[in-house]
Amino acid sequence: MKEKYLINARIIDPKNNIDEIGGLIIDEKGNIKATGKKVVCDNLPSKSEKIDLKNKILIPGLVDMRVFVGEPGYEYKENFRTLSNAALSGGVTSVVSMPNTLPVIDNISMVDFLKRRGRDKSRINIYPTASLTKNTEGKQMTEFGLLQRKGISAFTDGDKAVQNPQLMSRIMNFASQSNSLIIQHAEDSILASGGLINDGEISTRLGLQGIPALAEKIIVERDLSLLEEYFCRYHISQISSEKTVSIIKKAKKEGKIFSTGVSINNLSLNENDIGDFKTFLKLSPPLRTEDDRKSLVEAINDGTIDVIVSDHKPQDEESKRLTFAQAATGAVGIETLLPLALELYHNKSINLNKLICTMTSNPAKILGIKKGSLDIGSDADLCILDINKPWVVKKSDLMSKSKNTPIEDRKLQGQIMKTFVKGELAFERT
Amino acid sequence: MATTKKLKAVKINQNHLLGIQDLSFSEVSHILNEAKTYIKLNKSSNKKVDTLRGKTQINLFFEPSTRTQSSFELAGKRLGADVMSMNIVNSAIKKGETLIDTAMTLNAMHPDIIVVRHQDSGAPNLLAQKVNCSVINAGDGRREHPTQALLDALTIINRRGKVEGLKIAICGDILHSRVARSNIYLMNMLGAEVNVVAPKTLLPHSIELLGVKVFTDMKKGLDGCDIVMMLRLQSERMQGSFLPSHREYYEYFGLTPDKLEVAKKDALIMHPGPMNRGVEIDTNLADDINRSVIREQVELGVAIRMACLKIFCKKN
Repeated sequence: MKEKYLINARIIDPKNNIDEIGGLIIDEKGNIKATGKKVVCDNLPSKSEKIDLKNKILIPGLVDMRVFVGEPGYEYKENFRTLSNAALSGGVTSVVSMPNTLPVIDNISMVDFLKRRGRDKSRINIYPTASLTKNTEGKQMTEFGLLQRKGISAFTDGDKAVQNPQLMSRIMNFASQSNSLIIQHAEDSILASGGLINDGEISTRLGLQGIPALAEKIIVERDLSLLEEYFCRYHISQISSEKTVSIIKKAKKEGKIFSTGVSINNLSLNENDIGDFKTFLKLSPPLRTEDDRKSLVEAINDGTIDVIVSDHKPQDEESKRLTFAQAATGAVGIETLLPLALELYHNKSINLNKLICTMTSNPAKILGIKKGSLDIGSDADLCILDINKPWVVKKSDLMSKSKNTPIEDRKLQGQIMKTFVKGELAFERT
Repeated sequence: MATTKKLKAVKINQNHLLGIQDLSFSEVSHILNEAKTYIKLNKSSNKKVDTLRGKTQINLFFEPSTRTQSSFELAGKRLGADVMSMNIVNSAIKKGETLIDTAMTLNAMHPDIIVVRHQDSGAPNLLAQKVNCSVINAGDGRREHPTQALLDALTIINRRGKVEGLKIAICGDILHSRVARSNIYLMNMLGAEVNVVAPKTLLPHSIELLGVKVFTDMKKGLDGCDIVMMLRLQSERMQGSFLPSHREYYEYFGLTPDKLEVAKKDALIMHPGPMNRGVEIDTNLADDINRSVIREQVELGVAIRMACLKIFCKKN
């Protein structure tokens, strides 16, 4: 590989407090050699490749902490190849994959398969999680130590929460000795049982059973209490309500150490968007009120929430062309994660540095991986962004195998122009 | 004659009757006036007209129903339509066919109207998006049961002349009730004052935002009411415990002569049926010919459904 000189860009790297006009040098191995304002046109060696970024923004490739892949078992919804293409077109270079496959990722023999498929079929970095409990049944914890040694990055039951408090306390206790990262999808399954959307005026009008915000809050409160006794690396996958925000804010103020995520859907949409039973907006956690949405935005700003995820959950058409009660839960989102998040920058809800931080260096730090920054010597995983480019979301343009986007026809501003992985140009928008 | 002229001026904007929420005041008045003309017909010796001759009506009931299904069937037949009632128990639905596929199959047979009842809220809306004919909602989940509310309004008008200015109490299992929701929208639209009375566990979230006063004490909720609408306790929809017992429910929320005393002296008792006697209503009150209009509701139900079928039947 030739050395590459990426010049004429606005370089934003929240981890290193860089926001300046300059360039970036990728060495022959695909690592970052230099970055910032020192990298300019007039000192290029002749044998290197020059890429003029024409005043676009250069940021670290995104790290998406919550992505569902269909392999194994649901290849018809998404496979590693289609996920990789979708991710790259969204500037995402690293993903944390959920274990809710068929079979569930809960034993070491599955990990080799995942790593091999991920390596052979995708160009992005896959950080697989394994389930917290066997077959996500919430009864028997998985082999944290052995799975981790095989390359598992974190443990989560994905779209389920561990309901049994005794088991959860033992999971935390065990995880503290194996230094495992525990990710909880916070929802009390009994309080939420039968629920389809947020419990409120809309659920009353639509005649759909509600999921109370309490179902989320109660698991977060329980886990934070357990965390006092059994400290471990603990991350709340994504939260949806003002009630939970206030619990987390208080706990962080008290000095508790843990982290929290939010789905871009809960930051950008609310329950009113469900309209006339749109099943593409059937999500978990559910979309809640506008007040809840605003509180989540505020929680990004004040640091209560650390990470924004796409919660990319591909569903084939057949599982959505049903009544609201029968339809599958989830939406694709990895391709639109950054452009949709930029809406919050353009409407002045969240500043750019903060926004990028929640999708790059913050998740990398929680995962303990050398990603999400422009550190010298790290892999050149990069995203080149035209922050003002207007475009409209169309199902037919999506690279993902499933087209269940919740923001069809939404007008967005800001688009990914190029994506580099380990110094190689992996995606370019024409 | 004057009224007939006025009626013709009303245009129903939609092909489907999915819920009261979608109707305007003038559309509701049009349906009610049309239904009045059928009340007399239904009492005469020759009950059949040919308004819908040559039209095909399919009743698609995914939930068991006696009165609504037979009411729609009779209504269609009296208007001269060919009526087919699908027996879901024997149908492909049980073999795993989706609602949309069933709808497309039926659609290929060119019906003019499909009457649908489904356990899932919004199912008629989904159906309406996919078929070429008109869809009439005969009850979907907890959301709406528009013809029930319309027949309730017709019953009230038949007895009291109008709905406007009346005080109406809707009592019981509001949470699971599509009848309650449709009636709240309709009675509000027609200018009534609506109270809902229920134990807290059977009240949906933010119900007051639908324009009702909420009571958990029967005597306070019934105070000065002209109409007392009782709802069936929908035990089949209740997962887990909402109430300590039927006995306790009857004690506090069952309609008894003692509780009815606070309502107006001539207050009417209504119930969409089927009744749980001794659970939500005292058995003698249910049969009291001076107070209870429960059987009249059933009678006028046919007239309302005839009006709806006529008005919404797909115009070629």
